[in-house]
Amino acid sequence: MESQNRIWTTFRKKPMALVGMGMLAVALIMALFAPLLAPYDPNERVDVVPSDILAPPGEGHLLGRDDAGKDVLSSLIYGARVSLIVGFVSSFFSMFIGTTVGLTAGYYGGRVSNALMRFTDFLMVIPDLPLMLVIISVWGRGLWKIILVISILYWTYTARLVRSQVLSIKERQFVLRARALGASNYRIIVRHILPQVMPLIIAQAVLDISSSIIAESTLSFLGLGDPTLISWGMMLNFAFERAISRKAWWFLLPPGIAIVWVSLAIILIGNALEEIVNPRLKTHHLFNPRNMISLMLAKPLLVESESPPEVTP
Amino acid sequence: MEKIPILRIEDLYKQFPVTRKFIDRIKRSPKQVVHAVDGVSFTVAQGEILALVGESGSGKTTVGMNVLGLQVPTKGRILFDGHDVSDWATGRLRSGKNGDGLGRLSRRKQILSLRRRAQMVFQDPYESLNPRQTIWEIVVEPLEIHNLGLRANEKEARVRAALEDCGLAPADHFWSRYPDELSGGQRQRVVVAGALVLEPELLVADEPVSMLDVSIRADILTLLQSLRKARDITIIYTTHDLATAGYFTDRMAVMYLGRVVELGPTVEVLKEPRHPYTQALVSVAPVPNPRKRRQRVILQGEVPNPIDIPSGCRFHPRCPIATDECKKTDPPYVEISAEHEAACLKI
Amino acid sequence: MTTLEVRGLSINYLTDDGVALNAVEGLTFSLEQGRSLGLVGESGCGKTTVMLSLMRLLPEAGRIVNGQVFFEGRDLLQISEGEMQAVRWKDVSMVFQGAMNALNPVRTVESQIIEAMQLHNVVNSKQDARKRAGGLLELVGITANRGKQYPHQFSGGMRQRAVIAMALACNPRILVADEPTTALDVMIQAQIIELLEELQRELNLSLVLVTHDLGVVAEMCDDVLVMYGGTVAEYASSDTIFNNPGHPYTQRLLKAFPDIAEPGSDLASIPGNPPRLDSLPPGCRFEPRCHVGNGEPICLEALPPLVEIEPGHYVACHLVKGK
Ligand SMILES: Nc1ncnc2c1ncn2[C@@H]1O[C@H](COP(=O)(O)OP(=O)(O)OP(=O)(O)O)[C@@H](O)[C@H]1O
Ligand SMILES: Nc1ncnc2c1ncn2[C@@H]1O[C@H](COP(=O)(O)OP(=O)(O)OP(=O)(O)O)[C@@H](O)[C@H]1O
Ligand code: SF4
Ligand SMILES: [Mg+2]
Ligand SMILES: [Mg+2]
Repeated sequence: MESQNRIWTTFRKKPMALVGMGMLAVALIMALFAPLLAPYDPNERVDVVPSDILAPPGEGHLLGRDDAGKDVLSSLIYGARVSLIVGFVSSFFSMFIGTTVGLTAGYYGGRVSNALMRFTDFLMVIPDLPLMLVIISVWGRGLWKIILVISILYWTYTARLVRSQVLSIKERQFVLRARALGASNYRIIVRHILPQVMPLIIAQAVLDISSSIIAESTLSFLGLGDPTLISWGMMLNFAFERAISRKAWWFLLPPGIAIVWVSLAIILIGNALEEIVNPRLKTHHLFNPRNMISLMLAKPLLVESESPPEVTP
Repeated sequence: MEKIPILRIEDLYKQFPVTRKFIDRIKRSPKQVVHAVDGVSFTVAQGEILALVGESGSGKTTVGMNVLGLQVPTKGRILFDGHDVSDWATGRLRSGKNGDGLGRLSRRKQILSLRRRAQMVFQDPYESLNPRQTIWEIVVEPLEIHNLGLRANEKEARVRAALEDCGLAPADHFWSRYPDELSGGQRQRVVVAGALVLEPELLVADEPVSMLDVSIRADILTLLQSLRKARDITIIYTTHDLATAGYFTDRMAVMYLGRVVELGPTVEVLKEPRHPYTQALVSVAPVPNPRKRRQRVILQGEVPNPIDIPSGCRFHPRCPIATDECKKTDPPYVEISAEHEAACLKI
Repeated sequence: MTTLEVRGLSINYLTDDGVALNAVEGLTFSLEQGRSLGLVGESGCGKTTVMLSLMRLLPEAGRIVNGQVFFEGRDLLQISEGEMQAVRWKDVSMVFQGAMNALNPVRTVESQIIEAMQLHNVVNSKQDARKRAGGLLELVGITANRGKQYPHQFSGGMRQRAVIAMALACNPRILVADEPTTALDVMIQAQIIELLEELQRELNLSLVLVTHDLGVVAEMCDDVLVMYGGTVAEYASSDTIFNNPGHPYTQRLLKAFPDIAEPGSDLASIPGNPPRLDSLPPGCRFEPRCHVGNGEPICLEALPPLVEIEPGHYVACHLVKGK
């Protein structure tokens, strides 16, 4: 309760976070109410005449039509679904894997930890994209496959983060106290360690959403997306292949902007969250002695104000 | 008071490996160890308050942790109520001893039975409470861990009694708060209350007041003293402040570099310290009265590194009365009176 | 000769919401050359605030709202910042609370002392500075060649000595030491006390010692000022404070402090907590915890003035009458 209050007050003081939430809300609404908002159903077969192909924006088609004569706006709206599903679900999975690995490695230490961390390092050093390409081309295309591929490659950072936090938290006195009370390892992890790392995990998960969205878009752009679903990345792919030569900017720009829009929204929120997670220490005491020493030493700092201090009788 | 020993420490050694730098490994320089506790023996009677005093790094906390089985001794034994603590703490007691059937319990049950009877209060009241738990959650947690089969209202009564015994009355006033809404003294009371809900027989209080303001210290100390009276609890109180120890403990063990150098009734040790180290410590403890200023015996330098313990008497490099013999012979304990002993060649 | 005289000093802290918190109210004391004054009080009673305001180094939120600080007859609160710069460190120097943990970890101890001297133009050449820095380190009991080491190679006690050496770099007349022994081990604490006493004798320093440890004050100070909740509770010679305390707070504080010379004696804590600055009692700030004046109308109403109840013995309590 108290921490929720804190989150809220910090958010209020951060206009950029509110902007981010607003931007994300737009995308969420688009995804949730796609059938209501989209003027056409992009999955419906349409009969096209040649002039419909890549027709510029105009009456009835606010963002024009694509290379198959379909409404770009409708595809854009439906595309939000894929991007957001992939973003949220894979970030949830990678959070789950990363947290489990990080907690286990950090808390138990020893061989288990070493083995797990070597594996994490191994995953971290191989470049993600080529690996994803390889896996998808072997495995075949599909929404869930994409989600899985992204999750199993993106948990490493969370794992490292959680592990390093756990290493320091488990040395803290309240954990020792719990041990002295007879608490089991499970209880110590769940009741005492996890709550301390949770905010960090969530902040990281939020940032992961945007990386996952970008990863999905990249895969789709490279033609490895789910062929049965419209996504922004796939729209970009088609636009690049067929629209650039015909200067059909209305097909190219909207998905690009949409991807940037959502990623930006999430980064804005994530940054504000990070600040909440790492609040500057509440200073009960007067000062940071180091500042005072440098104040004392560094003449220029003090000579700036030549007037005596305010003394009101 | 009839004295039944409840805790017996027999020749306790605890060493920690020194983490070696990479370069040392390459150079194959020998492994080093920190001799945190280096041959400590004493007993504590039921209902007694023992002070364990010494400078930073003398090994007080390490003794406390070993007594509770939170660390495994390198050598030596600790017997709590007749059972070996390190076996007990890992659930490896064998049945038969004492006839109390402890050894027949499952490992987890053995561990819990020890935890229930021996508790610890940690030094830093700002660190030893989980900042995300309410006071209620903190104090009720031991009851949940030990699953004593209490009904909700019994639990509430236990928590209330513990908090109010520790001077946090009325308890409902406090239990929905978070630790950062309490002052240092109040937090330390919560820590003590959390250790007391289980009604332990032994309490290791590791510097419980050194982080607190002077005006609050007396409070916590009086609390510990009253607990002893009310619950016949045995307390090991560690501190580097001789004056607070003098106020409420029965016996005092003075530690230097992992060894007890003097042990005796508190008043006797403070009034007539016999070991030169105790004498120096007593002489430099500030007395709150300018009329009672004393000649200070200031030891130069600092406590040596517990990696290389000096030869002979470990205190000889700083001892004002050391002779050549002190460099060679590790002094045995000399009995000064029935309950008072010190390890010095010059007594 | 009176070196330092503080009259009616009041300090507020402005919070983010613009509320003024009265951290120090009507503080008055004086300090003779070569003597030592102990400033004692519980955590948060305003000791550090007072010392920082003497140096005019209050943090941004701090405001001196009233009072005078005379150093050798000159009001330090009225001079320009440039003039203050000349006073600071050269005439009045300070060992900050916790400064021993704030030394720059990546520079040698010696170079940090030299920097202090160079910034205040007390040395001409690098060589001169080296020599003086070495001399200062010797003065505080550290062999000069250890100055080449880094702070982490020093133990706590040595770091505290180094900080004291730094404060002495410009031969100050007054040394303000804020909690110089807190968090140090008993023996190291005794070493630092001894060092300060020696320095005071040898350099004829005036010393202001800020601490919450009554024992340390009794060991070293000629005069004692007891603060409570930002106000002076009692101000007198050390002997009077410890043997004939007038203010109820001083009396309670002494009872709460264990005396090693009398092991086994009773201790009595002071019930309650110090006042919070955002909800100060309207009358005497000690009233809610006072065993004498709790509930007395006059104590509930007005902040007691500081009265000289006998020569050199000042008490701020409605119920303590002069002789
Ligand atoms: N887990 C550990 N690993 C390595 N060395 C340790 C460990 N715990 C303690 N030591 C070392 O053992 C020695 C004794 O430590 P201990 O904490 O018992 O001292 P203490 O008397 O409690 O000191 P303090 O007053 O500082 O709490 C110290 O030198 C310390 O550095
Ligand atoms: N920058 C600030 N803004 C608001 N209040 C402050 C500020 N700095 C200090 N205070 C408050 O002023 C009061 C006096 O603080 P100060 O640090 O002077 O106390 P102290 O006596 O030195 O305490 P300690 O013994 O803990 O060092 C405290 O209540 C503190 O919370
Ligand atoms: S044995 Fe020797 S060195 Fe050790 S304390 Fe006694 S006199 Fe000092
Ligand atoms: Mg310790
Ligand atoms: Mg202070």
